[in-house]
Amino acid sequence: MNRYLIPLGIFAVLVVFLGIGLGLNPREVPSPLIGKPAPVFRLAQLHESGKALGKEDLLGQVWLLNVWASWCVSCREEHPVLIEFAKRNVVPVYGLNYKDQRDDALAWLKQFGDPYAASIVDRDGRVGIDYGVYGVPETFVIDKAGVIRYKQIGPLTPEALKNKILPLVQQLKQS
Amino acid sequence: MKTRWRLLTALALLWLPAALSAQTAQPLPEDPVANKRAVHLAEELRCLVCQNQTIADSSAELAVDLRRQIREQIAQGRDDAQIIDFMVERYGDFVRYRPPVKATTLLLWLGPPLVLLAGFAFLFFYLRSRRQRVEQQPLSDSERREAQALLAGDAEGDRR
Repeated sequence: MNRYLIPLGIFAVLVVFLGIGLGLNPREVPSPLIGKPAPVFRLAQLHESGKALGKEDLLGQVWLLNVWASWCVSCREEHPVLIEFAKRNVVPVYGLNYKDQRDDALAWLKQFGDPYAASIVDRDGRVGIDYGVYGVPETFVIDKAGVIRYKQIGPLTPEALKNKILPLVQQLKQS
Repeated sequence: MKTRWRLLTALALLWLPAALSAQTAQPLPEDPVANKRAVHLAEELRCLVCQNQTIADSSAELAVDLRRQIREQIAQGRDDAQIIDFMVERYGDFVRYRPPVKATTLLLWLGPPLVLLAGFAFLFFYLRSRRQRVEQQPLSDSERREAQALLAGDAEGDRR
């Protein structure tokens, strides 16, 4: 009896571990920046390149930072969700135009609509590195004190918005 | 006279591609020590886009940018630990190809040697118990006769 129980037990443990492993997404690396102050930046705006926008201009409000690019395929998938979200006027969404060409980016927004309160241009990806960006699109929720509260890796889905981002944003707005 | 000029021009022209390529292939003004450090650091860091490649191996854009970061920071005089920290602050421990020993990674580090030790322990006890079984149960007389018959190549033994 014992002879069969031990291998069976080992097998059961393996199944449990492998089962947990199947449910995890290896592409999603937890960001160490959550709960930390958002990295400082000051970059030119996409629409008005003469004007710069920095982190300190956005303090005192809850806002989303959405990293996007015209070359990014998943951003197209995500875009209608962002447009819908922007229409509801819950919190402003700022775009970080990551490693893109200015003309391409402007044309892209013209074609698909512009959900952003403003977009800033990260031409060489340095601010992206500061924010630990590795898979565009990414979206950060930043609170009134300028602290990163949440990071969505990959496209925003209506579910992620409804279940995670909206409740968090409401809570942060009240605090 | 004319032919000599022609020859000289031809010789000069022969030099031209070599001179041009020498100019384009000129290495970056960088000292070999810094270069070696940059390569070593790039080999210690994981590319988050491809995950199973180091940023030295990867040709993903992010890896290119991170290699540039490493070189810039070396040029700024930051040491290796500071550069690794810079990456870990942004991308987490996952960016390190060699994860640090921490409470959360203890199983990762100690797991394989523990399994190996368990394997050796199992082997040891199993072999010991087997020897005991062999030594404590000598053959009976009939078994001994049978074994001798088999060893002698007896036809009856073969058939059994």
